[in-house]
Amino acid sequence: MDTAIFNEAIMAGDYFIHPVMAGQTVRIVDIEGNEAADTLFFSLDDPSERYSAMDTVREQGNVYLSTGSQLRSNLNRPMLDIVADTCGRHDTLGGACAGESNTVRYDLEKRCMHSCRDSWMLAIAEHPEFGLHKRDIGHNINFFMNVPITPDGGLSFQDGLSGPGKYVELTALMDVVLLISNCPQLNNPCSGFNPTPLGVLIWDA
Amino acid sequence: MSDLIRSIDYQTEIAPGGHWSLRLRRGTVMRLTDITGDANLGLLMFNPDNLLERYNAPDTLKCQHTFKLTRGNCLYSDMGRVFASIIEDDLGWHESVCGNSHAELVNERWGARDFQNDRNAWHQNGHDAFLVEMAKYGMDLADLPANVNFFNKVVVDDHGRMSRVAGHSQAGNSVTLRFEMDTLVLLHACPHPLDTASSYPARPVKVELGTAEPVRDDDYCRNFCDENQRGFRNNALYYLGQFSEAV
Ligand SMILES: [Zn+2]
Repeated sequence: MDTAIFNEAIMAGDYFIHPVMAGQTVRIVDIEGNEAADTLFFSLDDPSERYSAMDTVREQGNVYLSTGSQLRSNLNRPMLDIVADTCGRHDTLGGACAGESNTVRYDLEKRCMHSCRDSWMLAIAEHPEFGLHKRDIGHNINFFMNVPITPDGGLSFQDGLSGPGKYVELTALMDVVLLISNCPQLNNPCSGFNPTPLGVLIWDA
Repeated sequence: MSDLIRSIDYQTEIAPGGHWSLRLRRGTVMRLTDITGDANLGLLMFNPDNLLERYNAPDTLKCQHTFKLTRGNCLYSDMGRVFASIIEDDLGWHESVCGNSHAELVNERWGARDFQNDRNAWHQNGHDAFLVEMAKYGMDLADLPANVNFFNKVVVDDHGRMSRVAGHSQAGNSVTLRFEMDTLVLLHACPHPLDTASSYPARPVKVELGTAEPVRDDDYCRNFCDENQRGFRNNALYYLGQFSEAV
């Protein structure tokens, strides 16, 4: 940990945007447990190439992410490898919370509650240097989230896999932009109704 | 004819490997029929008045706590609105997480066949088919989200391993959408990315278009869950002040 070239905390409800170069390893830490890191990756050279949940789950034949998963782009190219995981399972189907979907999921008057997609919108507005646009913001990874699929085709949002200090590590296979929303969700039991900080560390190859 | 459908006014066929796009008004119904069995119909939806609003598979699945799509389910945009409701379905299961076949996959599994040599029997893939249709509206790769794959059942075991159920759809099986918003619809009839048929699955899909009866207070899709009632209310807000007999 002492050798990390970067070590920062992301407060609940904040975004984090940072390049991770090929060969570097990034660790995302669930510092207090029960948090969701809503994460997107883009090619640094051409952000229209980006993390694709569909290509990733199809190529690995599995809907969950853990050690050994290779994150693939919408051109079906390898972007990052998950090289360590003390949590065990991460979701990439459930997507991110948004003011608009909160009106459907919870109540028509939940629109104004803070959300991951709003964090991403602020990130792309405040960081034009990465060339990101609303159309680039899509199907994300939810690190530390457990969203099991039942045999009869149901989808459930469950608590319990992550805990304080659990982390996931990824090694970049191409130069990427990492965009995280530290989920501010106050309506979902997955965060224990108490969003908490995440940590991000980066090591050189 | 279903008491939800007023008329069927047009019918066509998407040839194997074919693709199409068109703008549908709200109150339109679209019935898709598997002609030979084991077909795949890839579908994407955009708001023609704002192409940044598009079909959102994660919101669709989590809003209805489902992994599969069937009768009663609504197909949501990223703006909390309902593009379309599934008002009829013979199959009980359509999937929306596997994405498209792409050129490399098709070439490896079934061999590369090009138009120069094979004319309309070439091996088109779903990824390129969508890019072709999207380009007609000024969209490109960055605009391509997860799509629906109608007629396909993909199951997941306790460890998350996925498998496609071959033969899930039989000749004559159909699914019908009722559009609740004006919608730009993109379609292709390219193979499902998990289809392991021994030869390129060349399977056409029939498309029928018509008009829906007005959505009633006791409508099955609208009342399928509390979430869909709220989705319909978001649609009503979107169309506030506009007269339509469809909503
Ligand atoms: Zn969130």
